[in-house]
Amino acid sequence: MPEQTELREVLAAIVQRHAGAPTRLLQVLRDVQDVRGWIEPEAIALLGDLLGLPAARVEGVAGFYSFLRTDRPARYHILFSDNITDRMRGNTALLDYLCGKLLVERGHVSEDGLVRVDFTSCTGLCDQGPGLLVNGWAIPNTNIERLDCIAQLVLDQAPVTEWPADLFSIQDNIRRRDILLGHDLQPGDALRAAVARGSESAAEAAANARSWREANIAAPQGPLAVLDEIKRAGLRGRGGAGFTTGLKWEACRNASGPMRYVVCNADEGEPGTFKDRVLLSGYADLVFEGMTVCAYAIGAGQGFLYLRGEYRHLLAPLEETLARRRAAGLLGKDIAGLKGFDFDIQIHLGAGAYVCGEESALIESLEGKRGIPRNRPPYPVTHGYLQRPTTVNNVETFCAAALIAAKGGDWYRVIGTAKSAGTKVLSVSGDCARPGIYEYPFGTPVRQVLADCGAVNTQAVQISGPSGVCIAADEFDRRIAFEDLPTAGAFMVFDQSRDMFQVARNFAHFFAHESCGFCTPCRVGTTMLKATMDKIAAGHGTPYDLAEIEKLDRVLHQSAHCGLGHTACNPTLDTLRRFRPTYEKRLKSLDFEPAFDLDGALARARRMTGRDDAGAHLSTEATE
Amino acid sequence: MSDTQTFLLDGEEIPFAPGQTVIQAALAAGHYIPHLCYHPEFKPHGSCKVCTVKVGNRTAASCTLPAQAGLEVESASDEMNDLRRTLVQMLFAEGNHFCPSCEKSGNCALQALGYDLGVMTAGFRHLFPDRPVDASHPDLLLDFNRCILCELCVRASCEVDGKCVFALSGRGIDKHLIVNAPSGRLEDTDVALTDKAVQVCPVGVILKKRVGFAQPIGARRYDASPISAQALADAPRAPAGDGRCAACEEAEEK
Repeated sequence: MPEQTELREVLAAIVQRHAGAPTRLLQVLRDVQDVRGWIEPEAIALLGDLLGLPAARVEGVAGFYSFLRTDRPARYHILFSDNITDRMRGNTALLDYLCGKLLVERGHVSEDGLVRVDFTSCTGLCDQGPGLLVNGWAIPNTNIERLDCIAQLVLDQAPVTEWPADLFSIQDNIRRRDILLGHDLQPGDALRAAVARGSESAAEAAANARSWREANIAAPQGPLAVLDEIKRAGLRGRGGAGFTTGLKWEACRNASGPMRYVVCNADEGEPGTFKDRVLLSGYADLVFEGMTVCAYAIGAGQGFLYLRGEYRHLLAPLEETLARRRAAGLLGKDIAGLKGFDFDIQIHLGAGAYVCGEESALIESLEGKRGIPRNRPPYPVTHGYLQRPTTVNNVETFCAAALIAAKGGDWYRVIGTAKSAGTKVLSVSGDCARPGIYEYPFGTPVRQVLADCGAVNTQAVQISGPSGVCIAADEFDRRIAFEDLPTAGAFMVFDQSRDMFQVARNFAHFFAHESCGFCTPCRVGTTMLKATMDKIAAGHGTPYDLAEIEKLDRVLHQSAHCGLGHTACNPTLDTLRRFRPTYEKRLKSLDFEPAFDLDGALARARRMTGRDDAGAHLSTEATE
Repeated sequence: MSDTQTFLLDGEEIPFAPGQTVIQAALAAGHYIPHLCYHPEFKPHGSCKVCTVKVGNRTAASCTLPAQAGLEVESASDEMNDLRRTLVQMLFAEGNHFCPSCEKSGNCALQALGYDLGVMTAGFRHLFPDRPVDASHPDLLLDFNRCILCELCVRASCEVDGKCVFALSGRGIDKHLIVNAPSGRLEDTDVALTDKAVQVCPVGVILKKRVGFAQPIGARRYDASPISAQALADAPRAPAGDGRCAACEEAEEK
């Protein structure tokens, strides 16, 4: 079979490019999809063969990630970002418009195998939405004119690499700078300062030892001095949870293993967050510098940057930055002239799975597996990548670590509040005149952010995305800080014209789509929450359903495997508590309404007969 | 001087050996904690969450919670049993479970647990998923309608049989069991009737053909006594595998 042989050659070349390592399975699958338009069944069997893995495991990984298709090939995969901020800018009508132009049904590959159009979770372009992905390449500011252009390019079958560059032009929109966004460090400054922080005797010990790592144990003042500064700075993780960075680094440093790893979590999937995109596009040196400082402090030899698939456009520039740093002696062997300080960074691209932002799921994904959060303990600091000690930090945390390495913990400590040192970079989007990136010292009240971004008549702010909190106008004096409103960076503004029920419903759909499905409560519970919200939206809700939502919340908090499940009901409960009338006006004034929707059950028959007129529907009571 | 360490389970002292999890120590000491995906012969998995217990004001799956001296664990409370009932209801609503017409009835851990916990209805709207059966194999039937995604067959096939016949694909509510064959059919795998994976299914997914009713309903395992009583007799068993898959991990070492 010549076709089979040809496919094998294509796959073998891809596998070869990834050194035949099963840990690169996800990267291999991404490349296969790029070349073939999908992951076909024959490819799965061959890849299993080439990588020495059971084919079912390859299939399981391919089936886990949203951007990998195993059903049908399509030359163009067009995905509309479906965060609530994209909805507010009319993404649904725009998607329908494009489907009409291309004569396709949403979610289905066109008959000729040319194109598939669908929604996807937030792509991180909320300040310039609605966002769009074409074969993984991000396009901002979608509008009718741009869609006309895109439709024509698709119909002309123009390769995406030849599409006009201005379609893909993404703005940083930095509106307020503080110590991080306004930093004046040159590449290598922080690293040299970190190394110099060791006493002279330490440098001497290192010079006399066979390697820096040996000296690291014998005379550890250098790395320990850096660790000390990080601790003294009071730096806490910027991914949302706020774990003390110094303690994490110390635990990893003290864990024994043949190799330690530094992982940068750039899987920025929380709807409404896009600050890491800007940090990676404009501050990549600072990010890599922070990772290298971490490697120095904990004695790591290998680093990974896990870049979310939606940020594919950042891959090439990031690789260039890495190459530049290698050439400058800031990565690779004997970094900064320190004998034995060997460290390099590899970029790993995700493929559409929010749950991989959870650090242990991210590590599974790095190992080429389905992104399922692990059972903990043990924690990644002792049993991370390949069961070896691993430090996972957020992009912004590494930036802050680089600043601290250069300027010291005491300098950093005094910025912000007593419990939240430093600054926080916010991604502001939604109903405001100036959406974009704002950096503030911790302790800044929400009201000030709203004033700065030009928000008026604000009804609510969703802080830290769907897994954070939704606050109403009487809480705008609350402060951005771990002790009051902890945040990973999302700041979505909703004015008085917005329906907060629909906001919560959008988030319920998000969690159901992104649940990894490992544990019962999250897999089934998020689906039930979504169904209940849809039932209320359809006008069939009752007070019983509101009680059900509270029960689901209890079950998820008590038994879900990870944070995704724990927080899945938060946006619904937050809005239910603060904006109850928007729910109640939708309820039928009944005590109980059967969940079975007779008219809905006829949908299939309507599709089969091609009818959708009034006569094909059961007459429903007019709702007042 | 005694080396035995203990923790408290519902007020009673439970001895444990280092490395044991709470459920392992509890079952060994004759105390039942309801569970589904946990199996004494396999490394704890922690996915069904039925064995969730309360420790202080936190909750955790007892199958993966390391036993620690001085822990005060609450299991047989109304609160925890309410939670378990809801989780079992979720599993009933998620799949297509029609006990009266199921040949596994009476031998099914999900059904037995439902009875034991007093589950009277599914509690949620049934999802009625579309899951075609696989009857391709001459001696085995795969009825995915009843799959609770406990991964016991996946683990057994990988860790004990060394075949990796079963795996999971999909995500979230679309997660589903697959078999290791390009055709996706069981007949094209190297599964054997003697495989551990074939014997370990707690529900009615992996069924031997032509023997479904050899043992009459009424004379089946959970007809004799409830699952809570039988789980204890089952508990002290040697591990079947070491929690690793030789086939997969050999590839990783490369």
